[in-house]
Amino acid sequence: MNFEFSEDQLFIRDQARNFLGQESTAAVVRSILDNPEPYHQPLWQKIVDLGWTAMAIPEAYGGLGLGYLELCVVAEELGRSLAPVPFSSSVYLATEAIKAWGNEQQKQRYLPRLAAGELIGTLASSEGQGALEVNATVEEGVLQGVKLPVPDGDVADFAVVIARDPNGDAGLYLVNLEGPGVQRRVLASMDPSRSQAQLTFAQAPVERLGESEDGCHALAELLDKAAVLFAFEQIGGSQAAMDMGIAYTRERYAFGRPVASFQAIKHKFADMFVALELARANAYYGAWALSCDAPDLPLAAATARVSATDAYYQITRENIQAHGGMGFTWEFDCHLYYRRAQLLSVAIGSQPQWKDAVASRLLDAA
Amino acid sequence: MDFEDTPEQAQFRADVVAWLDANARRRTDNLLRGMEGEQAFLEAKDWYARKAAAGFACLTWPREYGGAGLTPLHDVIWAQEVAKYETRDAQFVIGIGNCGPAIMHFAEEAAKLELLPRMASAEDVWCQLFSEPSAGSDVAGLRTRAERKGDDWILNGQKIWTSGAQHSDYGVVLTRTDPTVSKYRGLTMFMIDMRQSGVEVRPIKQMDGGQHFNEVFFNDAVVPDNYRLGEVGGGWTGALTVLMSERLAISGVQPTGFPQFLDLVKSLELNGEPIANDPIVRERLATWYSQYAGLQAANKRMLTAVAKGGVAGAEASLGKLVGAVMNQEIANFACQLFGQAGIIQEDELSPEQAHFQKTVLFSPGVRLAGGTDEVMRNILAEQVLGLPQEPRADKGMAFQDIPNGKG
Repeated sequence: MNFEFSEDQLFIRDQARNFLGQESTAAVVRSILDNPEPYHQPLWQKIVDLGWTAMAIPEAYGGLGLGYLELCVVAEELGRSLAPVPFSSSVYLATEAIKAWGNEQQKQRYLPRLAAGELIGTLASSEGQGALEVNATVEEGVLQGVKLPVPDGDVADFAVVIARDPNGDAGLYLVNLEGPGVQRRVLASMDPSRSQAQLTFAQAPVERLGESEDGCHALAELLDKAAVLFAFEQIGGSQAAMDMGIAYTRERYAFGRPVASFQAIKHKFADMFVALELARANAYYGAWALSCDAPDLPLAAATARVSATDAYYQITRENIQAHGGMGFTWEFDCHLYYRRAQLLSVAIGSQPQWKDAVASRLLDAA
Repeated sequence: MDFEDTPEQAQFRADVVAWLDANARRRTDNLLRGMEGEQAFLEAKDWYARKAAAGFACLTWPREYGGAGLTPLHDVIWAQEVAKYETRDAQFVIGIGNCGPAIMHFAEEAAKLELLPRMASAEDVWCQLFSEPSAGSDVAGLRTRAERKGDDWILNGQKIWTSGAQHSDYGVVLTRTDPTVSKYRGLTMFMIDMRQSGVEVRPIKQMDGGQHFNEVFFNDAVVPDNYRLGEVGGGWTGALTVLMSERLAISGVQPTGFPQFLDLVKSLELNGEPIANDPIVRERLATWYSQYAGLQAANKRMLTAVAKGGVAGAEASLGKLVGAVMNQEIANFACQLFGQAGIIQEDELSPEQAHFQKTVLFSPGVRLAGGTDEVMRNILAEQVLGLPQEPRADKGMAFQDIPNGKG
């Protein structure tokens, strides 16, 4: 038994941590938060140059042919550094959808360009509040409907869209967002360091993504894989926020002693540590299940997701509390993590939906 | 990342399974209920003797001390397999898990060769005597005196919360040998023969009606100096070894109550409807499962670290802290599900033989035993996260000068 990443994978993680520590600083994150730019282009280009967008793409399609474990360690670092780039949309969602269901011609057309960063893709599934409902329709090769929020929908070159055919059957489709019949509107959101858009499709030409039979089933499989990767982003961000609170309360004095020496504060951090360790352990198990496509991947992925969402919310919330008044200022970075925790907690489905998935999968398991 | 056995481990697992099949009954449900008290004790003694004879006792201990000379991963394989059988495999965890490592580390060779093999086979049963009426979380504030008299030490004082003392042949006891120095420096640890007239064991009736713990009184109890563990005045170092081993020993067997809750959710119908369809039940199920699964995976991470030659650190406190609270919360939630019938505690009338009612009443003790939730949080905060210690009012004082609230 070996429940740890390999030396090579840990080396990739350390390199990613060093690189992002220098290139995805708080100043870089804030340059996107405070300005209309949708993402940090220079950082994105460097990430592409490092080959991270190509990592989990097979060599035959211009990728590096590495596995999900390598992607997991990079995801943790992207989360830790709050990287303001469309990585999750393009890599965990669009690339994985084409890898899983694209026909040969689609794979050859999209994957090399996704690997090389020439294309940015995303997934357009949500159509508004509540659990996923699919009202968008595809008839005679054109798409009608509204999708929101679409992560990076304002900058993506194409989207994987879920829509219904005239029989009412849901399927996955590819739509060129630069093409006709597509209207984009940038949406204001709680985390402006990442962009969200509303996409309105009026007679937008689409093609079916490969032979993806049942679109809802395909989407669920796609989101399970993504849930593990998002969980790694969440634990990376959780660790960074907790470290920030520890550093601050060790240095700040009140009543003649470090704030961190009060049990009320220490126990708060102990609870944060517990939440993070459980989330990390579940994410590791999810990574293992993802890497070998284990039969219990759906349960493992949903569990990793639930646990990481709980931890990131708790830790970013209590990090503000531990900082006191300064934690409520724009100047301190506490809110950057708090915002990102909110974004990641609903991206790919909110906590009640994932909890219900855990319950269903656990009860169905035996 | 993989969960595969090496060929050698696979062979060991097969040997374990073959032996268990021949010597124990496969478990038919998740609940390990049934006999307590004297009967359970005798069953456990028999079980340990048989597994020692077969070479499966104390797998990581050296052979000369009654062990099998194997690795922590063999321990893991054993634990994974034995969990599928009805056995009393964890009955003597306090002696073997807590006292054993300290004896191996601190005792003289002759005493190790004499005592450890008998501990491994449960021919001798051991208890741990640390807590006192006025020394709980502040265990270094203990008052039991040990005074040198020739080649012996004479013990006077009182211990409390001693699990299994009524069945114990020996104990590891922490005593005060010098009250004129700071509380940590005046402690000395010994092994003690519990079968002597100077040792009196009285059961404590717990709030749930059970009698798992005891008070132990020492009235001129005698300990030979060659039963001393470590230096005179060096008892605190030994105590930390015991306490760390204790957390590790219980981290694997800490009940969470989750498997029982899952069984309940799968089987119970209320008002003609499976409770598995209730959104509130599903929400709680998912939340507790994510913690339960997290503990299991965290344990695998810890064992990976141990297998690679690392030591299990204070992270072992995690399982106790999370599991103990979950156990209590689950039991309380289950009783609420039963409606007004939740108050009934009868094996025939209450689901799972009133497991949840019994747990509501027993679980507060689990959050206190072996380090309270609050002590666990301090350990995590100070030893893992590196946060500064709370200022101490007794710092730098001789033990005898420390205020004790009694004038």
